[in-house]
Amino acid sequence: MAPAISFEGVTRQFGQVRAVDDLTLDIAEGEFFAMLGPSGSGKTTSLRLVAGFERPTKGHVRIFGQDATATPPYRRPVNTVFQDYALFPHLNVRDNVAFGLRVAGVPKPARHRAAEAALEMVKLPGYADRKPSELSGGQRQRVALARALVNQPKVLLLDEPLGALDLKLREQMQEELKTLQRSLGITFVFVTHDQGEALSMADRVAVFNEGRIQQVGTPVEVYDRPATPFVADFVGSSNVLPAALVARLTGQHHPASLRPERIRIGATGLAATVAGASFLGAATRLFVEADGARMSVLLPKGAHVPDTGATVHLDWDEGALHMMTGVQDG
Amino acid sequence: MGPVAQVSDALWRRPRVLLLLLLLPPLLWLGIVYLGSLFALLAQSFFSIDEFSGLINYEFTLRTYGELFRAANLDIILRTLAMATSVTIAAAIVAFPIAYYAARYARGRWKALFYLGIMLPLWSSYLVKVYAWKLILAREGILNWLFETLHLDWLLAAYLSIPVLGGNSLSVSWTGTFLVFLYVWLPFMILPIQAALERIPPSLLEAAGDLGADRGQTLRYVILPLALPGIVAGSIFTFSLTLGDYIVPQIIGTSARMIGQAVYQFQGTAGNIPLAAAFAVVPIVIMGIYLTVARRMGAFNAL
Repeated sequence: MAPAISFEGVTRQFGQVRAVDDLTLDIAEGEFFAMLGPSGSGKTTSLRLVAGFERPTKGHVRIFGQDATATPPYRRPVNTVFQDYALFPHLNVRDNVAFGLRVAGVPKPARHRAAEAALEMVKLPGYADRKPSELSGGQRQRVALARALVNQPKVLLLDEPLGALDLKLREQMQEELKTLQRSLGITFVFVTHDQGEALSMADRVAVFNEGRIQQVGTPVEVYDRPATPFVADFVGSSNVLPAALVARLTGQHHPASLRPERIRIGATGLAATVAGASFLGAATRLFVEADGARMSVLLPKGAHVPDTGATVHLDWDEGALHMMTGVQDG
Repeated sequence: MGPVAQVSDALWRRPRVLLLLLLLPPLLWLGIVYLGSLFALLAQSFFSIDEFSGLINYEFTLRTYGELFRAANLDIILRTLAMATSVTIAAAIVAFPIAYYAARYARGRWKALFYLGIMLPLWSSYLVKVYAWKLILAREGILNWLFETLHLDWLLAAYLSIPVLGGNSLSVSWTGTFLVFLYVWLPFMILPIQAALERIPPSLLEAAGDLGADRGQTLRYVILPLALPGIVAGSIFTFSLTLGDYIVPQIIGTSARMIGQAVYQFQGTAGNIPLAAAFAVVPIVIMGIYLTVARRMGAFNAL
C-alpha cells in the first residue's frame, strides 16, 4: 500500500534560503505524525507543501501514491487546521464549517446537517449561529477542526493548532485530538515546536533543523536514543557531552547524550563545578560545568542543593550515556 | 518650574480639558460655518419665488419642492442619478483588479509606484485634467486619430450614432462625460478597496482553497464579501462627487444639464435661490437613502 504522504527529494527554496532541503520522508496511512523543530526549521513549509500552498523547487510530493506536485490545493484530499484558525469573519460558525460542502455543491439542508454533526463531534453544539469574533480561542480552534473534518479528508494537516491556547486547554485538546484521530482512523500530520506535545501525541516524530530531518522515529526512540546533538538538546533538553570528554571517560570518540534526570550527585565520579540552580516546583535544575562542558542535573524534590561554586561529583548508571555514533564530532 | 511646564502638568491632570481645547476650533468651524450654511440652505428651500416680480417670498411652503417633480426638473435628477450610478459601477469594476494587485502582489518599489500612479493625477488641477480630456475626446483629438489610423473610424461612428450615449463627437456626448467622471474619481474608489483588501489575512484565501474553493469561488464567497465595506466606501465618494459636480458636464458632454449645473444656474442667472436650494437637497437625500440601504444589506458588518 502506498504511504499517505511521501516526500521524494523535496527542496523548497525562497531566494537564497533553503527552507526545506532535500527532504525524503514517508508518512503511513492512519498514522499520527508530528513534525517537530524550532521556528525556521522547515516543518511548516513541509506541511504547506502537502497542502499545496507551496510548490517544491525540486522533487515530488505524493499523496496516496499520486504525484501531487502540480495539483492545486482545492483538488487535494487533505484539509488544514491553520495556526491562526483562519475562520471567515463574515460567516457564522455554521457557514464556516459548511464552507467546504458549499463550494462542493452540497444543498443547503444537507450541508447544514453535516455542519451541526461536525460541531457535535468537536463538542461545540449550539454555537452554530455565533460569529467567530464571539468565540474564545479554544472554541475557534474547535470550529477550525470541525471545518476541516466535515470534508472527510484522508489526511488532516494541523499547523501548530494548540500554540495559541493556554496550558490547561492545551493538555485537554491534546487528549481530544488523540481520541479523535483514533476514532476517525485518518492520518494526522501535526506541526509543532513543543517537544512535549509531539512526544505525548504522535505515533512517530520527525525532528527538523535548518530544513533537514535530523531523526525520524517513535517518541521513545527520539527521546532515549537521539541521533544528533541537536535532537538530544531540542527534544529532551538532554546534555550533550563533547567527543573529547566521552573519549576520556569511555575510550570511544563520539559525542554522547546524557539525560539530566539520570545523573546523580555522589561521592565519586566526574568532578564538576556548580554554576547555578533554578527551582522548578517538582524538582530543582542544577547547572554544572565539567571540563568546559555545561550540563544540567535534575535533582528530585527534597534532595540537598549544593551551593554555587561548590565542587560536586557526577555519577550515572551504565547505559545512561547514549553514544551518537553517526556523528564524528560534537 | 516654568509656566509652560505648569500648564503641561495641569493639562496632564485634566485630560478632558486638553481634549476640549483641541477639539474646540474644529467643532466651531464645523458647527458654525459648515452646519450653519447647510441649515441656511435648507431654510431657503422652504421659501418660494414670486413668478412676476422675481422676488423671494419668505413664507414656509413646500411648493418649491413640488417644482422638482416637473418633467424638466425630474429629467435632470434622473439623468444625474443614472450618470452617478453608471460611473460608480464602472469605477468599482475598473478599480478592483488594480486594488487587488496592489494589496496582494505589489511590494516595495512596485507599491510605491502604485501609490504614485494613483495619487499623481490628484496633484494636478482637476480643471486641467478635464480640459486635457476635452482635447483627447474632441473630433480633431487623439482618440479620433487613433480610430482613423486603425481604420476603425466606422466603429466610432456607429457608436456615436447610438441615441443618448452618442453625439457629434465623444467630447459632446454622454459617453464623454461618463469617461471623464470615471477618470477623475477612480482614485477615490481604488484606495478604499485596496485598504479593505489589505486587511484580509492571506491565510483566509489559503483556507478557502484548502476547503475546495477554486479561484472564482474564493473571490465570490470570501474576497468580495470582505472587500464590500471598501467598495461601499469608494462608491460613496464616486457617487456623491458625481451627483454634485457641475464642471465636468459643463465642459464635456451634451447640453442636457445635471443637478450641479441646475443649482449653478438657478442661484446665478435665474436668481431662483429657493429652487437652487431644493435641488441641492436632492443629492443629500439620495446619499441618505443609499447609505441606509447599504447598511441594511450588511455592507458595514465586516468593519
